[in-house]
Amino acid sequence: MNEQHSEWQPRILAFLCNWCSYAGADLAGVSRLQYPPNVRIVRVPCSGRVNPGYILKALQEGVDGVLVSGCHPGDCHYLTGNYHARRKFRLLKELLDFVGVEDGRVQFAWVSAAEGAKFAQVMAEVTEKVRALGPNRRLAKKIGNPKSQ
Amino acid sequence: MITLSINGVKVQAESGASVLGIARANGVWIPSLCHHDSLSDYGACRLCLVEIIGRGGRRKVTTSCTLPAAEGLEVVTESERLTRLRRLVMELILASCPQSPAVLELAEKMGVKSGRLETNPANDCILCGLCVRACREISQAEAISFGNRGVERKVTTPFGELSHRCVLCGACVFVCPTGSRLLNLAKIAGEEPRALLSRFDAELTSTGAISRPFPQAVPNVPAINPLACLKLNRDACGLCEKICEAKAICYQDADRLRKLDVGAIIAAPGFEPFVPDHDYGQGYTTNPDVVTSMEFERMLSASGPFGGHVVRPSDGRAPRRIAFLQCVGSRDVSCRNGYCSSVCCMYAVKEAIIAKEHQSKVEPTIFVMDIRAFGKDFDKFVERAKSEYGIVFKYSRVADVVRDEKTGENEVVFTDESGRLQRERFDLVILSVGLEPSADMRRLARALGVNMNAFGFIWTEPLRPLATSRAGLFAAGAATGPKDIPETVIQASAAACEAARLLAPARNTLVTAKTYPPERNIAGEPVRVGVFICHCGINIAGVVDVPFVKDYAATLPGVAYADHNLYTCSQDTQKLIKQCIEEHRLNRVVVASCSPRTHEALFQETMRESGLNPHLFVMANIRDQCSWVHQRDPQGATEKAQDLVRMAVAMARLAAPLKSVALPVTPTALVMGGGLSGMTAALAIADQGFKVCLVEKDKELGGNLRKLQKTLDGQDLQALLSATIGRVRNHSNIQSHVGAALREIKGFVGNYESALSDGAVFKHGAIVVATGALEYQPKEYGFGQHKNIITQLELGRRLEQGLKNEPSSVVMIQCVGSREEPRLYCSRVCCSKAVQNAIRLKALYPRADVHVLYRDMRTYGLREPYYADARDQGVLFTRFDLSARPEVTWNGKGGAPTVSVKDPILGQTMTLEPDLLVLSTGMIADSEANDALAKQLKVPLNQDGFFLEAHVKLRPVEFATDGIYVAGLAHAPKSADESTAQALAAASRACVLLSRRELEAHGTIGDVDAERCVACGLCEKICAFGAITLEVQRIGRSDRLLAKINPALCKGCGACSASCRCGAITLRGFTDEQIMAEISAL
Repeated sequence: MNEQHSEWQPRILAFLCNWCSYAGADLAGVSRLQYPPNVRIVRVPCSGRVNPGYILKALQEGVDGVLVSGCHPGDCHYLTGNYHARRKFRLLKELLDFVGVEDGRVQFAWVSAAEGAKFAQVMAEVTEKVRALGPNRRLAKKIGNPKSQ
Repeated sequence: MITLSINGVKVQAESGASVLGIARANGVWIPSLCHHDSLSDYGACRLCLVEIIGRGGRRKVTTSCTLPAAEGLEVVTESERLTRLRRLVMELILASCPQSPAVLELAEKMGVKSGRLETNPANDCILCGLCVRACREISQAEAISFGNRGVERKVTTPFGELSHRCVLCGACVFVCPTGSRLLNLAKIAGEEPRALLSRFDAELTSTGAISRPFPQAVPNVPAINPLACLKLNRDACGLCEKICEAKAICYQDADRLRKLDVGAIIAAPGFEPFVPDHDYGQGYTTNPDVVTSMEFERMLSASGPFGGHVVRPSDGRAPRRIAFLQCVGSRDVSCRNGYCSSVCCMYAVKEAIIAKEHQSKVEPTIFVMDIRAFGKDFDKFVERAKSEYGIVFKYSRVADVVRDEKTGENEVVFTDESGRLQRERFDLVILSVGLEPSADMRRLARALGVNMNAFGFIWTEPLRPLATSRAGLFAAGAATGPKDIPETVIQASAAACEAARLLAPARNTLVTAKTYPPERNIAGEPVRVGVFICHCGINIAGVVDVPFVKDYAATLPGVAYADHNLYTCSQDTQKLIKQCIEEHRLNRVVVASCSPRTHEALFQETMRESGLNPHLFVMANIRDQCSWVHQRDPQGATEKAQDLVRMAVAMARLAAPLKSVALPVTPTALVMGGGLSGMTAALAIADQGFKVCLVEKDKELGGNLRKLQKTLDGQDLQALLSATIGRVRNHSNIQSHVGAALREIKGFVGNYESALSDGAVFKHGAIVVATGALEYQPKEYGFGQHKNIITQLELGRRLEQGLKNEPSSVVMIQCVGSREEPRLYCSRVCCSKAVQNAIRLKALYPRADVHVLYRDMRTYGLREPYYADARDQGVLFTRFDLSARPEVTWNGKGGAPTVSVKDPILGQTMTLEPDLLVLSTGMIADSEANDALAKQLKVPLNQDGFFLEAHVKLRPVEFATDGIYVAGLAHAPKSADESTAQALAAASRACVLLSRRELEAHGTIGDVDAERCVACGLCEKICAFGAITLEVQRIGRSDRLLAKINPALCKGCGACSASCRCGAITLRGFTDEQIMAEISAL
């Protein structure tokens, strides 16, 4: 029907912490700031809750990009959760580099509850970046879908 | 409802509704320029032509906007004939109005080109009459109408004269499709309209007569501005009521007088920022590039009017050089604000840093009299501003700001420290405005029957900082004098404490506990998910195809029931959900609607009322994070909504009921420290009916208060000391242990057991840390080597009795041991102490010269007038830099000390020979004792050895670990009244805990799998709340070391789970399986 949906659309998964980024996403909605509909959101209590395994799992399941977003440094509802997330992410990044997952497929952002505009902007940027990278082929192994090995 | 057919498709509609509206609602496009949903139609533009098929197939062309729907009506919206006719009409419109973007866009869409007809480029009105209708129907002003006939026809006021009926509402401008220049309100009403300005955005943006006050308002709903609303003022318009599908608008709502019987009153009306009006000067009212700090604050905000870009208001360019002018409306008797506003120095530094972070090329200069960074860790922030961000501080007095109209630059005219007149140019000038009592403070104070102080703030007792002049009435925050956020939060808790003291006997007497049906045991039941998809009026259904998503949800595995509702949050729907749970034996519920942050609690309540565990509920956010943000892509939004519902169902299938654990609370507090703070906290807790165990390491109660005589405003501290000790000794709820220390402590929030060095062992629920601080014993300036070199505290003591010999000269040196490495913090009280002693000296010995050598005089808040008073009395204040600190020498044994310091006015070294050299020594943490106690309690210290609170602003008296609170000098240097307030605040927080019979630990906590745990201890290290410990536990027949999670302390962040290398910990409610299922469902 709609032209832009006939072409390939990236599918992106976002892990948002409940207290800052998820609230920022809500604020973008309240402010009616428009961004591309490619991102699916998973609410987690804290960015520190995000096990790197989730990100790998998402890539295996054929997701084209992953975003993890938490509170700004110093603002964590759980004091230090976002610092733990940052450290984990730093390590994961090296692993992803090593296995050949392109830079930019997995991204990290700080978005506060007051930054609706920033959230919409991050969404647009992440979508564009992943779109530019094309479909995720490196880790994706959907059973019964041999095309995206 | 009737049925008509549009292009052969049967459509249901209200009888009499306009066919144009019905067609558009059903996704059929018909061109139009003169239609507006809120106004009546009269077929002016003739573009919306359609054909209706009459009896015998006869086709008749008519405008669809004026065509009422009727049963059996057959309408055709596309045909060759219609296209031809519409194009002809469009060509005529285009010729009459060739420049309007809206007309050009529609012409292009309809495939119409200009050229055949003569055009009139000057005209921009298509005579659609929307403006005339808006003026009549919305504002009911009837200020404009059509005048003349034929080709002369135009929109005008009667006789072309200025209209006295125009209300400047701007409805005509808003609805005009071409943006016609005819609708110039200045020419219609003879008056320029003024935009309604957003108070939240410091009046930098406009707002509507109905709007949300600010993005995070509580409650977060729009409100009507009664001064601007046309309906309330003229009984016109009423559009919002018509548009609101939830029928939430009620114009009849009015202020109501209510009578309440209360036992205590807390007044916290806040402050207003100073407005630098025309008389004040510095060009705020005339110079566009002079803004107030409040305006600049909004300009810096990412959600502010400029999206966080730092721009000059005059030309929108990024400024390079920016100046902050401090003390605007503070420390200034010319505007009758002789006090210091306390917060401006720090916010200016903060704004300068943020501006620099936004645009690295910005060069901020802050023009100050003194840098007043007196709060905890503030000086470190200022030092970072200087060293890391290159922010320049200029000691100066600013005279004026002069704008150079040619270059747009602004010249700041000021005198520097040596008294020379200087000029410097800046792109942007920010006035750091002070805090003032709100405009209606006088009225409020009169209504409350409380006294005000000389500046119009609410007067409070000097040593009971919350108590007003009227018993039972307390005041907190900036209404009693300027203060920053940590202080206001402390005062708020302290005021609550004072009120609770009076109300303690009535505690819980007005509470009715809600009862719920017993929870249904769903163990062994097959998963039966009920899915409810919300339309939210048109908020979701206007974009997402809700019935389609509902049909899709019904096909998902585990879903036993799916439905869609106009408003899922309405009371009717709650009833419906309960019925469905019963009828369909649902054991999981998914609601796809707004954000869980809006309504999760409501739906969980419904779950509990239906006998289901609230954690069996999952929400999919298809409004805030879907329909509202993809309004232009209905298909994409519908697909996303499907995915989100699928993910929520996957999560719900694995949801398990979570039990909250109830833990008992021992209603006793342990107060560590018997100084002013400790005793005040102990009394406040004991007065509320709880037992207190007060532990003091010295042989006597009193702490540092024993060394102090009077406060700056002359209050007798020794009288306070003996009264307080007397009350503590005689209080039946307080058990004092002097000369004792904490030997051992076990347990957790609500359930501690402590042993003291004197052998006492007792149970308690809360701990208040008020262990105080020490006076710094200086090594600087020859202290201890000369009998005439003493500390400020010693001078205070001597002045009580009168000095032995009348001094001819006294020199005071400030910041001894403070504000430089290794103690880069301000001790806060020494400046006031110096001023107090200097005034006292001048009163006793008017002929004595008193010199104060200082770095920044930090007589903040209402202490400032005393500083002014000291100067009036002839006390001399001389500033020195750390790089040129005073030097102290003396000759032989008997010689008087000689102090040499650089005089900034003359630029020469000044030599003073005082009879007394007084050192203003700061406070230091008792590092050894604090270290030991911090380890026992597992709470943190800051780098200066003071206890570190959970959050500087939001939780200033609590630790991250529940059940432990901090007050007084143990937290940071502060004055007696500030310690009192903080002690009351800590007591208040502790009583919130102690007043509960039991603690309910929430269900979403970590859970250790004993089979997998290898006791590596990583989780214990990571947990920010001390909730995890490695303990030997009995597993089967063997004892093993395992991680153990204390449900009372766990906050449910999940950091342990994400870090556990064995996968032994999971977070209930957000288990790995649930999140993995969500991921797989995508």
